[in-house]
Amino acid sequence: MKRKTFLKGLMGAAALAALPITAVAQEAIKIGEINHYKRMAAFAEPYKKGIELALEQVNGAGGVMGRPIEFIFRDDQGEPGEAVKIAEELMTRDGAVMLTGTILSNVGLAISSLAAQKGYVYLASEPLADSIVWASGNPYTFRLRSSTYMQAAMLAEEAAKTDAKTFATIAPNYAYGKDAVAAFKENLLKLKPDAEFVAEQWPALFKIDAGAEVQAIERAKPDAIYNVTFGPDLAKLVREGTDRGLFDGRQVFGLLSGEPEYLDPLGEEAPEGWIVTGYPWYDLNDGPGGEFVAAYQERWGDYPRLGSIVGYMTVQSIAAALEKAGSTETDAIRAAFDDLSLDTPMGPITYRAIDHQSTMGAYVGTIALRDGKGVMVDWEYKDGANYLPSDEEVKALRPAE
Amino acid sequence: MGLFIAQLLTGLANAGALFMVASGLSLIFGVTRIVNFAHGSFYMLGAYIGYTLMQVLPGAVGFWGAILLAGIAVGLIGMLVEILVLRPVYRAPELFQLVATFGVILVVQDLALMIWGPDDLLGPRAPGLKGVVRIMGEPIPKYDIALLVITPFVALGLWYLITKTRVGILVRAATQDREMVGALGVNQAWLFTGVFALGCGLAGLGGALQLPKGGADLLMDFNILTAVFVVVVIGGMGSLPGAYLAAVIISVLNVFGVTYLPQSTLVLMFVVMVLVLMIRPYGLFGREEVAGEHGQVGEPERPIKPAGLQVRLLVGAGVAALASLPLIGSNFTQVLATDILIFCLFAASLHFLLGLGGLVSFGHAAYFGGGAYVSALLMMHVNTPMELAFMLAPIGAGMAALIIGWVCLRLTGVYFAMLTLAFAQLLWSLVFQWGEFTGGDDGILGIWPADWLSGTTTYYYFALVLSVGGILFLRHVAHSPFGYALRAARDSERQAEATGINTRRVRMLAFAFAGMMAGLAGGLFVFSKGSVFPNELEIARSFDALIVVFLGGVKTLSGGIVGGAFFKGVEDVLTRYEYWRLAMGLLIIFVVIVAPDGIVGTLRKAAERFGLSRKAEDEA
Amino acid sequence: MSVVLETRGLTKSFGGIVAVNDVSFQLHKGELLALIGPNGAGKSTCFNMLMGQLKPTRGSVFLMGDDITGKSPREIWRRGVGRTFQITATYASMTVIENVQMALISHNRQVFKALPFAHRMHRDRAMDLLAMVGMEGQAERHCAVLAYGDLKRLELAIALAHEPTLLLMDEPTAGMAPRERIALMQLTADIVRDRGVSVLFTEHDMDVVFAHAHRIMVLNRGELIADGSVEQIRNDPRVQEVYLGGGTVFKSEDEAEDA
Repeated sequence: MKRKTFLKGLMGAAALAALPITAVAQEAIKIGEINHYKRMAAFAEPYKKGIELALEQVNGAGGVMGRPIEFIFRDDQGEPGEAVKIAEELMTRDGAVMLTGTILSNVGLAISSLAAQKGYVYLASEPLADSIVWASGNPYTFRLRSSTYMQAAMLAEEAAKTDAKTFATIAPNYAYGKDAVAAFKENLLKLKPDAEFVAEQWPALFKIDAGAEVQAIERAKPDAIYNVTFGPDLAKLVREGTDRGLFDGRQVFGLLSGEPEYLDPLGEEAPEGWIVTGYPWYDLNDGPGGEFVAAYQERWGDYPRLGSIVGYMTVQSIAAALEKAGSTETDAIRAAFDDLSLDTPMGPITYRAIDHQSTMGAYVGTIALRDGKGVMVDWEYKDGANYLPSDEEVKALRPAE
Repeated sequence: MGLFIAQLLTGLANAGALFMVASGLSLIFGVTRIVNFAHGSFYMLGAYIGYTLMQVLPGAVGFWGAILLAGIAVGLIGMLVEILVLRPVYRAPELFQLVATFGVILVVQDLALMIWGPDDLLGPRAPGLKGVVRIMGEPIPKYDIALLVITPFVALGLWYLITKTRVGILVRAATQDREMVGALGVNQAWLFTGVFALGCGLAGLGGALQLPKGGADLLMDFNILTAVFVVVVIGGMGSLPGAYLAAVIISVLNVFGVTYLPQSTLVLMFVVMVLVLMIRPYGLFGREEVAGEHGQVGEPERPIKPAGLQVRLLVGAGVAALASLPLIGSNFTQVLATDILIFCLFAASLHFLLGLGGLVSFGHAAYFGGGAYVSALLMMHVNTPMELAFMLAPIGAGMAALIIGWVCLRLTGVYFAMLTLAFAQLLWSLVFQWGEFTGGDDGILGIWPADWLSGTTTYYYFALVLSVGGILFLRHVAHSPFGYALRAARDSERQAEATGINTRRVRMLAFAFAGMMAGLAGGLFVFSKGSVFPNELEIARSFDALIVVFLGGVKTLSGGIVGGAFFKGVEDVLTRYEYWRLAMGLLIIFVVIVAPDGIVGTLRKAAERFGLSRKAEDEA
Repeated sequence: MSVVLETRGLTKSFGGIVAVNDVSFQLHKGELLALIGPNGAGKSTCFNMLMGQLKPTRGSVFLMGDDITGKSPREIWRRGVGRTFQITATYASMTVIENVQMALISHNRQVFKALPFAHRMHRDRAMDLLAMVGMEGQAERHCAVLAYGDLKRLELAIALAHEPTLLLMDEPTAGMAPRERIALMQLTADIVRDRGVSVLFTEHDMDVVFAHAHRIMVLNRGELIADGSVEQIRNDPRVQEVYLGGGTVFKSEDEAEDA
């Protein structure tokens, strides 16, 4: 655990000025980054490494407007209330020009609510909840990562191509799980009106009773299964399901199941044949995608996770927005994000003016075993722009401004 | 029929690890009266240590050896914790030890992260037990069968140990009468250490045994904790057969719940717990706690007196300093101070119950979060003006507390505490699950104060006046006949009842009053943050308040406030550092050991020793 | 002499076991009446029925002619019955005078007041009561540090707070040294004489009983076997049989303390 930079980056108690992460001049442009570094260490660490890599590159190339960018990393313990407090501190005391971060949707939503009230720009980097840009969207909040809806729509498209008629869903019993199931259903029924959902399982997050869930799904005898569980729940589900033959002769669609964060812990037990969204870094050899992988591996001696590339693209997005704004004023940054386009390791993305969602896509492929490890094969990058509802629908979803 | 049998077997297999962890907790509580919050941490350690050993030890012997060794290793760690952390504080007020175990949780979390890294570890398969057997055509994993066989053996082994050996007889005697065991010339300290180690070892064994069904991850400590508490309470604190039966009931019901009521996964076990406690207030096999369990351990509380002129001046100066904060401090200082003030009010409201009433509520977040949600829901659904929504927060929370108190006050002691926890969990589940109405875990956003209040400084003054006002009011009530009656009911229910005091009504109103003040804090909270999420109703929030009340000093009037300010302040500083949980955990343990009377209690004693204040009467 | 307390056919059975069987007696104003009997005779059960802690299986209890059978302890206290406990029950976290003030607050139905300062209420009256039992010098002491005999006297002061017409005392001298016993019973006798209070007490110590009681009732195996003056009881062959013939001599000190 070499995280000295993190220690360095954090501030002392009272009025101690933050030590700059990158040892550059004082007039750095400060960005407040709030995350659950402890509560979600497995996800936050690669994310942070992606940020640091991008910062080195951006600042090495002269920064933005001739000034380096500096991130102030703060741990919010995974608590929305804490995150709001820290956001205030970052903006009013530490001199941050905008906020970014969070993985957990509720923390992201809390910050977005504050951002709207106090007029802070917030780029929600990783949280997936649709409501961040739709039902609870506001003028000051933007989101980078492809949302629950977009990724579910990609899998629904794949599901529509199969012969499966009856589906079972299993998703953690909280907002993300419910959104993911609703979006999958909506999109699948559009493409395949005769599809039927024969079982809906809702295990408590990280408390799955996998044996019982598998029995319950088996009892419904679906043609195909849509999985939204992740982390330890996924591992348990895969093991019980494989043992009990649940996946035999059934197509499974797994949201996020192909992301290295979730796939790698499964090792040789990775469920072959699942169609999943994820990040096949191992097959990215050339182009911007390959360059990022190579640079990341060289810098950290470790391979990138999905969080890594999200962190990397977060910095890219912010740098591009600042460049476009030509100023660190809130209104300028906010205006710059509208229709902001940039090139990323995943290809070009645009922050849509209509709902502040970026068009970052996702890789969709099939899980196979390679050298005793799960990988995605036959994958394809799907541009997020094609998996969003129509503009009219989006307008109806967002509160009037 | 085949499916039914298969489901039954799944439930029974699941009961295995749960029973082992729960029986350990039950034993520890039965003998030492320690509510070991860190029990989940020992379970997690068992999983991690077992995992590591399995990587090293080869084959089937290695696998089973690793499980056994993991249990032993965790038992040894438990022994160390008991000797270093708990032994110094056995004489502290009852339940104070749970603060120390809370510190242990934080320390273990960071140590596990340091040693094993952040990634989830998938448990190795049991050699020779891969795959399934078919029973009536239904596939049953072979390892499930192994668990089915192993668990009763462990249970029988424990039963033999407890009923047939000398050690066991001592343990049972201690469960019923600790003083007597001491009088028999048995070294009580080592008996406690041994039992604590055994209990932790069982948790570790459970953690290692479940590896082939899952693995090891950094969240598993908290994730099992509630289930284990529920099992122990349903079974009856201290009862091994009870723990076994309850583990089976919960596991089997859960399997059927998953199949026939898939949405029930969050609430099922709490509903079962409430039902069981309503019918059998001390669990299936539990015994009524000896009367006078609370407020009787350690030295008795001291008489209280309204603050003298000196203290009043001091408090006045403090309030004046707070009032001038906006003139000297930054914008953020006000935000931080608002947070701390709100938390202090929350803590003070719990302290009122705990300190004066001896009523240990493990679910106080229900009223804090409840108040916050009352305001937020009113604003969201019926566009209530902010001022009205705010005023209804304490009222709504008070009503909730009145209803919950009415039910819970049928019980006493730890069972009362557990029932309050169950109700808080039920409320949390309701808010979490009922997304259409409450926003679920996506919360309710955009709950900001009215325009005239929306400035940071204005809101700070608003929070200052109400928090300090609330705290002073709580203190004032402590000196009123009502506060005295609450203490009277705690000190001697017999005498209070015999002199015409309706102790049940006194407690119920105290519960509602404390809930109201927590709701006030919740209302202040939601408008300072602009949003509310189910986190504010969670167990973790209840524990926060509990910890600071004990840290501050449960037997002093200002313990809640001092503890709250200390905890929040330290947290704000420490979370800026890398391994803040480790530091925080060690700090809590340190405070617990050097200040077993809490911060205020210990300072008071120190002041008396050095002649700075008048010594209490000839107590020594 | 007017009847303060009367029971008619008071009976209590637990399961199949009859603990108190058909007990009827009267207690008159200003009377100091002792209820004695060997261990397990049913004294405590009887007491608990009078105080409302137990509901009789059959029979009734009358206080000043009113039927109070099955009323709650609080209700019975409100009607002017005070009690002291075999094992003292006081508020350990309060001062001596606050213990008495608490009873006075309850008596004045001020328990649910949240605004006045409790320690300022009924101080003079509380001090009078403490003076009555000789505790005025210790008024401001912490109750938890009192000697046992002082706790007993404090309890008596608490029991007198609402000017009871009847005082029920359960083993008032249990656990006390002989000199303290005599002092406490003398104090009780004085109160009976001066204030016209009636007292019913149970007692192990026969010396105490014979020295102070105006009248004695003997309970054996749940039945009242004798009721009369000290002299009558002393010479009653049935009582002698219960205490002497049964092999149980009048209780020794140690046993009394165990109880």
